[in-house]
Order: sequence, then structure tokens, then C-alpha cells
Amino acid sequence: MIDALTIALGVAALALAVWCGLAAYRDQPTKDWHFIGMAVVSLLCIVQLVIAFVQLARGQSPDKGTALFVAYLLGAAACVPATGFMSLSERTRWGSATVAAGAVVLAVLEVRLFDIWGGGSA
Amino acid sequence: MPEAVPETTASAAAKDTTGAAPAGKVSLGTGPGRLLVTLYGIFTVAAASRSIYQLIAQFDRAPLAYGLSAVSAVVYGFITFSLVRGGEGARRAAIVCCGLELLGVFGIGTWTLVDRAAFPDATVWSDYGMGYLFIPVILPVTGLIWLRRARAKAAA
Repeated sequence: MIDALTIALGVAALALAVWCGLAAYRDQPTKDWHFIGMAVVSLLCIVQLVIAFVQLARGQSPDKGTALFVAYLLGAAACVPATGFMSLSERTRWGSATVAAGAVVLAVLEVRLFDIWGGGSA
Repeated sequence: MPEAVPETTASAAAKDTTGAAPAGKVSLGTGPGRLLVTLYGIFTVAAASRSIYQLIAQFDRAPLAYGLSAVSAVVYGFITFSLVRGGEGARRAAIVCCGLELLGVFGIGTWTLVDRAAFPDATVWSDYGMGYLFIPVILPVTGLIWLRRARAKAAA
């Protein structure tokens, strides 16, 4: 998998977490701009998913098992959209905090994905 | 995600009762509770998928650890369900489960430190949840605080 994309996605997820965390700190719900940010991060996740499946189809395999890798990929792709919908139905600071938590989880998942694939070597 | 459907109905119910004391049903999955539901939901998925994968793929390696992971997944799942459902009965059930969860984290955390040989592979609750940023310890504590406050609000 492309290491650069994994790293970029991790950084983007952390940035989203800080941004939404700030909104929660200021007692604000998520706004249009936050949703655009979530959309960008989610889009990157889908790009990652597609690239990963292409790589798998080409016969490359992750260091620590394909099933584990695919599970983490799907989890990563679901993270931000799921918490985004949560914040749509929770129009308070806690909706923002939820998205921030989801983005932190995504960042952690990216680190794990990097490990599972065998980052640096492929 | 399947949570999405009950979530919206729960929040609609919460909107009706905003300002006034919730009539009869204590809402547990709104406000700060929403964050808890999300975290518990994530941990349910994480623990469940982890234990299912490990029980199927590598059961012989560490049956005890994987079995305990499965138990923790069930506990997380039940708490998530209770928080979404709301109401006094669910609140009590969630308190019991959060207590169980806290006991599990401390019990298994200590167990893994004392008897490393019994755990060739980690569980969700190994080393007090260190592999999960200690969230498994923080979660039941905040859960219990939130559940106590929910009762105080309902009584007021």
C-alpha cells in the first residue's frame, strides 16, 4: 500500500480531531465546514480502500494477514462517516466531541494499518 | 451502521423532552451520553471482530485470552444497547455492566501482569488496556459517573 497516503490520512484524521475538538471546547455543534472536512477525510479513506484492494488483487499481501488488514481497512473507512451521522443527530458540543473521537480512532487505525501492511517495505 | 436507526428516534424523543424532566424514560444516549455510546459502539466492534477473528483463526494459540476478549465484547455490546435504549431498567443494567467491566479491566489487567505465561497473546483488557490507550479503564469510570448523573437528573 502507499505509505505516503496512510501517513497523510493519519495526519488529516488528527487535524480533523483537533478541529472538531476545538468546536466541542467552544460549545459548538459541527457545522458545514466540519462536514466538508469529514467528507475529505472519508474520501481519502475510500481512495485508500480502493488502492489497497487493487494491491491485494495484484497478489501483494500484508505482513500480518489479509483478513486482519481488510478488517482494519473497513473499520477505517466506516469511522468518520459513522461519527459524522452521530453528530447530525446530536446538535450540541457532544456531537463535535463524537466526531473528534472518531477521528482519533481513525488515526490509530492508520498506524495499525501501516504496521499490518509492513510499512516502509512496500 | 445499525446504530443509526435507534439513534435518530432516541434524539427525537430527547428533543420533545428538552427543558422539561423526561417523562418516565431516562435518556442515556444524548448529550455526553452520545460520546459514550459512540466509544462503546467502537469498542464493541473492535473487541467482537478481534475475538471472532482470533477464535476462528488461531484458537489454539491462546484460548484463554481470546475467550476473555469475547466476554469483553459481549459486555461492551450490552452496555451500548442499554445506553441506546434508555430508561431506568436499562440504566441499572448498564451500571451493573460498567461495574463488571471495571472489575474485568482491573482483574484481568492484574492477572496478565502476575501470570504472563497464561497469556501468550493479549486481550482487550491486558495490562489495564494499555494497548488501547487505557480507554478500557477510562470508559467504565466515565460511564458510571454519567449513569449516576442521569439518575440525579431524572429525580430532579
